[in-house]
Amino acid sequence: MSVKLTASALAIAAVAATSAAARDQVQVAGSSTVLPYASIVAEAFGENFDFPTPVVESGGSSAGLKRFCQGVGTEHTDVANASRKIREKEIKACAENGVTEIIEVRIGYDGIVFASQYEGPAYNAFTQSDIFNALAPKVMVDGKLVDNPHKKWSDFNSDLPSEDILAFIPGTKHGTREVFEEKVVAAGCEATGAMEAMIAGGMSEDDAEDACLAVMSDGRAVDIDGDYTETLASIDANANGIGVFGLAFYENNTDKLKVATMAGVEPTTETISTGEYPVSRPLFFYVKKAHIGVIPGLKEYAEFFVADEIAGPDGPLAEYGLVSDPALVETQDAIADEKIMGGDS
Amino acid sequence: MTDASLPNGGAKSRHGSLTSVDARTKKRNTAEKRFRAYGVVAIATGILFLMVLLYAIITSGAGAFQQTFIKVPVYLDPAKLDKKGERNIDDIKKVSTFGYNPLIQNAVLKAVEDAGIETPLKKSKDMKALISASAAAQVRSSVIENPALIGQTVDFKFLASSRVDGYLKDRVKREDLARDKNIDAEHLDIVDGLMEAGVLKKTFNPAFIFGADASESRAEQAGIGVSMIGSFFMMLVVLFLALPIGVAASIYLEEFAPKNRWTDLIEVNISNLAAVPSIVFGILGLAVFIQFIHLPQSAPLVGGLVLTLMTLPTIIISTRASLKSVPPSIRDAALGVGASKMQSVFHHVLPLAAPGILTGTIIGLAQALGETAPLLLIGMVGYIASNAPDGIASGLLDPNSAMPAQIYEWAKRADPAYYERAWGGIIILLIFLVTMNTLAVFLRRRFERRW
Repeated sequence: MSVKLTASALAIAAVAATSAAARDQVQVAGSSTVLPYASIVAEAFGENFDFPTPVVESGGSSAGLKRFCQGVGTEHTDVANASRKIREKEIKACAENGVTEIIEVRIGYDGIVFASQYEGPAYNAFTQSDIFNALAPKVMVDGKLVDNPHKKWSDFNSDLPSEDILAFIPGTKHGTREVFEEKVVAAGCEATGAMEAMIAGGMSEDDAEDACLAVMSDGRAVDIDGDYTETLASIDANANGIGVFGLAFYENNTDKLKVATMAGVEPTTETISTGEYPVSRPLFFYVKKAHIGVIPGLKEYAEFFVADEIAGPDGPLAEYGLVSDPALVETQDAIADEKIMGGDS
Repeated sequence: MTDASLPNGGAKSRHGSLTSVDARTKKRNTAEKRFRAYGVVAIATGILFLMVLLYAIITSGAGAFQQTFIKVPVYLDPAKLDKKGERNIDDIKKVSTFGYNPLIQNAVLKAVEDAGIETPLKKSKDMKALISASAAAQVRSSVIENPALIGQTVDFKFLASSRVDGYLKDRVKREDLARDKNIDAEHLDIVDGLMEAGVLKKTFNPAFIFGADASESRAEQAGIGVSMIGSFFMMLVVLFLALPIGVAASIYLEEFAPKNRWTDLIEVNISNLAAVPSIVFGILGLAVFIQFIHLPQSAPLVGGLVLTLMTLPTIIISTRASLKSVPPSIRDAALGVGASKMQSVFHHVLPLAAPGILTGTIIGLAQALGETAPLLLIGMVGYIASNAPDGIASGLLDPNSAMPAQIYEWAKRADPAYYERAWGGIIILLIFLVTMNTLAVFLRRRFERRW
């Protein structure tokens, strides 16, 4: 029995070795926000080219970049999707493993919207200050920095409904949380003058910036660690709750959700691409230059991803909810020239 | 002495007459009735929950097995598809699926006009919302397969878009359309008209059962077939590893091993392993198989190995139980006529225990088939299972998903049509599980011997 088992183990190892040596499809891993777009592109790529359909996996921006940076060779991924820019630390980790030439591709922008139950209270308009006033632990009342006394939205803005404050925000492991903190909470912190008051109160500027990002942990701000479906379910169950969603998700569920304007601007692909709508972020993918020419179809995949017919304003990605990048031509040129990050070439 | 310690002993007889029931007996009888009632209530509640569950699954999931199709004749314009007119396959391949879209939209517009439907949507681009994005690829691949079709008008059966399909399944309501940028009320008028004209039909959709997963913009195209193959390969690995290892281990422990501290320790550990949450095996698989041995991520082989670890204790425990249930007289008789210990086990005990072993194995497999938690950690979730494997090696090593992981994946996606597909997937998974469990019950009934 033991001899047979060893033999079968050897056979498995042999099969594994042969498959690792020959890989003919592009492998992609990373952000779950980019996943829908990448899978739409991979599908169309498989249909239009003789190359096999690329394999797309999710797992989060950080996990994707970590796998990407593990080394050069067919057993490592070729492309990392990310809903944020690659960090200095990650570039260093990449370089340590021999991944020195990375091509950065910005595919477009993703809008982040605030929405509530369609039949729920009239949350039609927010400003960053409203969100800050509702969720921050310390806010400005009558020119003084005090512990947040607000219980209802109407406590600080009479235009908002008199409902208990309840917000479902992305958990800390999500890239979306960063955008929410920087573009909404921190912006509200500055706009209400709370940041100035903190600095005046003896805090260093850096500390004040950090303190500005905090949200209360008394149950009014609920971290959602799952995906938008979970946020939607929470909104369904709580008529007075507001939730943070991606634009694409909202557009697919307009029968259940009502979107609110931010600082008077309604989130649409147009307002996001012009930069009028303030809460948006760029989406990226990163290509390992050393794999171009080794993995068949890798460069073609990258070029196809940002081609006008795919990532342009009328392409399937925009249709799904991506806000197309006005500077798409530059991106296309950069890929054609295989221009690497930080390099002069 | 004892008598003296009983006060009032025998002062009053406790026994009433046989014909009339005394208070204590009455009390005991009502207690029994009450207990029976509790039992009935418990079972009724169980059945009620089962009914509610089945009702929810069937009503939500049945729709996934039907899909809306549009049948239209498409004119394959040579001016668009083969500009040089040489029917050179390389020239034809240069026209991407985006070049085919106008032809299809024209064809649908023509069908709308032919059906005599009054609509303000007069441009062919307006028809885009009705048709699945998969249509262009469908036409393109049949043209590449047979370039002679160029210049002809060919009948095609396209998938309707998920919104049109949702409208026919009452998922998309007219009153919600004002806010939906994917489709307008005018489109639904066209859908009604095409329905009447017989161009648009809702029929059984085998692609849901046998097809591959699709991207998020094409819910109508997605199927569970490829992840079913993934599950199949995982079960293959589990069967070929867990059954021999499990049976060998149990035979040794039950028939040959000396009873000492070591075997006791092993036995306790096997029982404990059976109770370990499955996610623990997942993280073990991630650490050992992927990070240490460097097996490929998302591969059914790794999934199978992880599930093998999870299934082994189940198989060992049930195998040992069925070996134990073979009476010692069988072993004694075999040994008595001169068989060696091994002969007595393999010729007599094992065949008699086989039905029990098989039942245990099938139940273990069914459990492994429905398992999702360990697969989350080894990358079988969050992956688009769009490539069917070609051959056994690729089936084991190429990234794939598994049925429960696919269902979880669908439930997460934005388009509500995927939600319906998730329920549909649950129906298929349940059919598999019920079949396997029925098979196990059948085998037990058919072959089990009692002494």
